[in-house]
Amino acid sequence: MFDFTPDEWTAIGLSVKVAVAATLCSLPVAILAGYALARWSFPGKTLLNGVLHLPLVLPPVVTGYLLLVAFGRQGPIGGFLYDWLGITFSFRWTGAALAAAVMAFPLMLRAIRLSFEVVDRRFEFAASTLGAGPVATFFTVTLPLAAPGILVGIILGFAKALGEFGATITFVSNIPGETQTIALAIHSYTQAPGGDAGTIRLAVVSVIIALTAVIASEAVSQRLLKRTSVFQ
Amino acid sequence: MSEPGILDVRCAVTLGAFDLDANFSAGPGITVLIGPSGAGKTTILHLVAGLMRPERGRIAIGGDVMADTDARMFVPPHRRRIGLVFQDAQLFPHLTVAQNLAFGGWFARHTNGLPREHVIDVLGIGGLLDRRPARLSGGEKGRVALARALLSSPRLLLMDEPLSGLEEEKRQTILPLIEMVRDEFGVPMLYVTHARDEAQRLANRIITIDRGRVVGSENLGEDR
Repeated sequence: MFDFTPDEWTAIGLSVKVAVAATLCSLPVAILAGYALARWSFPGKTLLNGVLHLPLVLPPVVTGYLLLVAFGRQGPIGGFLYDWLGITFSFRWTGAALAAAVMAFPLMLRAIRLSFEVVDRRFEFAASTLGAGPVATFFTVTLPLAAPGILVGIILGFAKALGEFGATITFVSNIPGETQTIALAIHSYTQAPGGDAGTIRLAVVSVIIALTAVIASEAVSQRLLKRTSVFQ
Repeated sequence: MSEPGILDVRCAVTLGAFDLDANFSAGPGITVLIGPSGAGKTTILHLVAGLMRPERGRIAIGGDVMADTDARMFVPPHRRRIGLVFQDAQLFPHLTVAQNLAFGGWFARHTNGLPREHVIDVLGIGGLLDRRPARLSGGEKGRVALARALLSSPRLLLMDEPLSGLEEEKRQTILPLIEMVRDEFGVPMLYVTHARDEAQRLANRIITIDRGRVVGSENLGEDR
């Protein structure tokens, strides 16, 4: 039953690679945007918030199409990146990672923004009276105190990136060995006669990866919470 | 212009319906700001620490201008070298006591040479260094907060009702420590309280605040 074909192994490896890359790329942006939305007030904040949440509410096919238009080799951003840096997204795993990152971003952002909002600002005031400037305060006080919530954001983002389907297939198609992640491989199996066994195998793998991630994050999160709680 | 004091404050802010216009100086030793709650004492501390900007006026420490609205000058809190002991300590929960004490040293560009071991001894917190703030009692938190502020090399120490959350018994054990800190380390303090007995016991000078104004000032002498 669990004799994976080489293509399936490739899809599993690719899924993990794409999800890790997507999470790592989204994280710094989500931390910056989450902090800005939680703490700063600036003109256009509501609009920015709306735009950042678009991938969550748009049909994934639309997000994929917009990525294709913007990041395709002929697109304004994709063309620039190809001409100047030689980076291609279309029909490459990098494109799958980009699609997953964009789709995962709003989920990470929500969790991270919330975690910054609940950090007690008086700890930051205390840090400043002890000589820590704004950047030092952010890294020594704010970020560690927000860590449990940031971890939740990472897990949500990773899970979303792992299962992303609509935007990925629209943007980079379904190419075995390059863009065919587990979700896309399952899709192929369901489209062909006799694909049931393969579907089940990959579905089980999906459950195992997702469950492992959630359990691991819960364990780390408990430790962090214990460390940062004000009360025993 | 008169000789600059250790702290010269002449500034005003309006916060909703509350209007503060404070004008006073503080010398060496302990200057107590006393007044009913809501009088504006904590607001004054936040203005001096730089956690709040004055709308009008000037704040100077030892002649160094910290804020001057006429000159559009404002020194941010982390460059003022003013320690603040918060009412509820505000120890960093993710750091141990030892790390909390070291925190100020990570950023200090100056040192007033207060020896760490001596401060820890005087405040009796040597046995707490490995603990996290969650496992300290109220009195222990207060002592650690005082030590943390002292070790950040402040040239002025602000204390915001450091004893208000404590039982009478605890207050009586910490009061002598504050006197010891005053005598041992020579850091001038601006001490906020609403308790008359605390003020009488600690102060070199008592400044009474009511509804955002200085309504009285009493010198109790330099040697106490």
